[in-house]
Amino acid sequence: MQISGAQMVIEALIAEEVEVVFGYPGGAIMNVYDEIYKQRSFQHILTRHEQAAVHAAEGYAKASGKVGVAMITSGPGFTNGVTGLADAYMDSIPLVLISGQVPMSLIGTDAFQEIDAVGISRPCTKHNYLVTDAADLPRILKEAFYIARTGRPGPVHVDIPKDVTAQIAKFDYSKEVDIETYKPTTKGNTRQIKKAIDAIAAAKRPLLYLGGGIINANAAELVREFARMTQIPAVETFMARGTLRYDDPLLISMLGMHGSYAANMAMSETDLVIGLGARFDDRVTGKLSEFAKNAQIIHIDIDPASISKLVNAHFPIVGDVKNVLEQMIPLAKEQIDPARYESWHNTIAHFNKLHPLSYKEEGDRLKPQWVIERIGQLLGDGANISTDVGQHQMWSAQFYPFTRPRQWVSSGGLGTMGFGFPAALGVKRADMERVSINITGDGSILMNIQELMTAVESNLPVINVVLNNNFLGMVRQWQTLFYDKRHSSTDLSMQPDFVKLAEAFGGVGYRVSTKEEFDAALKDAVEKNVVAIIDVAVNRFENVLPMVPAGGSLFNMMLEYKEK
Amino acid sequence: MMEQTERRVISVIVMNEASVLSRIAGLFSGRGYNIESLTVAPIPESKYSRITIVTAGSIRVVEQITKQLHKLIPVLRVYEHADLVETEMALVKIPMNESLGDIEALTHAYNGRIVNVGSDTMIVMVSDEPMRVNHFLEAIKRFHPKEIVRSGSVALER
Repeated sequence: MQISGAQMVIEALIAEEVEVVFGYPGGAIMNVYDEIYKQRSFQHILTRHEQAAVHAAEGYAKASGKVGVAMITSGPGFTNGVTGLADAYMDSIPLVLISGQVPMSLIGTDAFQEIDAVGISRPCTKHNYLVTDAADLPRILKEAFYIARTGRPGPVHVDIPKDVTAQIAKFDYSKEVDIETYKPTTKGNTRQIKKAIDAIAAAKRPLLYLGGGIINANAAELVREFARMTQIPAVETFMARGTLRYDDPLLISMLGMHGSYAANMAMSETDLVIGLGARFDDRVTGKLSEFAKNAQIIHIDIDPASISKLVNAHFPIVGDVKNVLEQMIPLAKEQIDPARYESWHNTIAHFNKLHPLSYKEEGDRLKPQWVIERIGQLLGDGANISTDVGQHQMWSAQFYPFTRPRQWVSSGGLGTMGFGFPAALGVKRADMERVSINITGDGSILMNIQELMTAVESNLPVINVVLNNNFLGMVRQWQTLFYDKRHSSTDLSMQPDFVKLAEAFGGVGYRVSTKEEFDAALKDAVEKNVVAIIDVAVNRFENVLPMVPAGGSLFNMMLEYKEK
Repeated sequence: MMEQTERRVISVIVMNEASVLSRIAGLFSGRGYNIESLTVAPIPESKYSRITIVTAGSIRVVEQITKQLHKLIPVLRVYEHADLVETEMALVKIPMNESLGDIEALTHAYNGRIVNVGSDTMIVMVSDEPMRVNHFLEAIKRFHPKEIVRSGSVALER
């Protein structure tokens, strides 16, 4: 089949069974947009900013488990999308970003809207391509999707000069991907797995350390089975929320900087860490030399570079978590006595009782934690939760009653303010049956507020719950704790009218300051199935606790804040 | 406790394609690894190139470098800590008024020779183990070299 480069892009997306592309057109990508106009196989959702297009594709990918696709033009279109690429790279989200580029003859001439896009995307993608001949396009696009979803997933960027999209060449998409230099290991080494099982059987206080890789590998069901069978307690990283149900007696909670007392103490007391798709991030470990000091480490990860990068693994196992668990479960059944850890369970129960995750109701002002719990009570499993970045994000991770993997979509590694709303659009598109909630702050929401237009136009009723404390709350918290209350540039007393703002775009706005008002607003927004902003006035000076100050030891938590 | 830093030679076989060098060099700069020298040339009659990198780091850092290199899609193989034969070349420009015979004898001792003689200057070449090239460059100082170019190491597993 002889077709143009632009037509090849369409044919490749169809062959990859893409159902939606998030994007924003511009000069260099116009040939492709012309072909999008002519086809009916997939939907194109026009965001109102390129960054939002990439975040929406991320949200879609996280909620659906498929590869997200975004399309943008050259120059500023591309640079706007870079934050999304970096975000997807840090959180291992499978994504293909297609960008236009100036024609080949103009590359290197500082042409209008020219930027060295692959030069910029190289350090924030799993791989990237500059297509110089349309004849390479079928292979490159097929490789892009393959690389994005296999191994440790990640974003792949394909930069296509405008003349290449016009060039006619042969299109054959049937050839299997064969990249001689890219063969990810997916099965775990049997001998290492046996050794790991022996270590678990011998341990007295083993602890499952569950990471986001489990969600990517669709291995949550197996993790639940493994935990149930062995009765080994578990902590989750921020990225792994939803792996175990919130009410699973084996789930302690999230660990790390804002993890629960019990989770951090369990990590400090365990004699065997069983790391599954987790990467020992600094927000999890705190001071490395004090982290899980009494423990041996089993580290199972698809990415060999994540193993022994920060914490030395005694039992490194490279492989897909799902495959490795399938290999482990029959051995565990034979060798591991689930009754063995009773005193360990008692210790953890004691930790839990000592300092459970909690907050104090006081005064008239709503507590942000209450709002999150309340969303959980009202919607529970029926909602997917996206967030922006800051205090509201940590409270969401702590207090939302997660029931399943892919329910939780948040920017973990990069910590991108402005992620939540566009991501929630992608989540909604992937799961129209459930309510898509973006829990956000009064700082974050303004970073991609223009997406109200996308939401209304594309009929993606996302409910933004703004926990409004008139502060960049997390930075304010650090200033309070570590900068002697010098609240430099964090007071956001000057604010738009969020209700009118929502209305201006054709959405619905609610301003609430009591529990009753919140319930009524949320119910109304869900019932009406509209794009909404619920502006919730919350306690201004609430802190996220417990807290392990950056670089501190996990067992040295700040449990409460007292005015000096 | 500071971890022991030592000189390491890493040999990388990569697809011979555009931008592969920037991927390697970018990985080093982005992750804060140092490059002492880097050479690259295509492997004859193949679609691959060989990149030889001399770096310095602790065992842990070099292990990370090796793994991160492996993660790059166009990287086929990474040799580190292998038993390598290593050679480097240097060119030195020397004023003509120095003693030709002495210079010739010195370059001979380091597998070299005089490669060019002009009216004012001559150029000598040596090719030897990097450590011996260091020694040569120390010794040649007395002939007042005007310019020195080192090639960086190339290496091959035994």
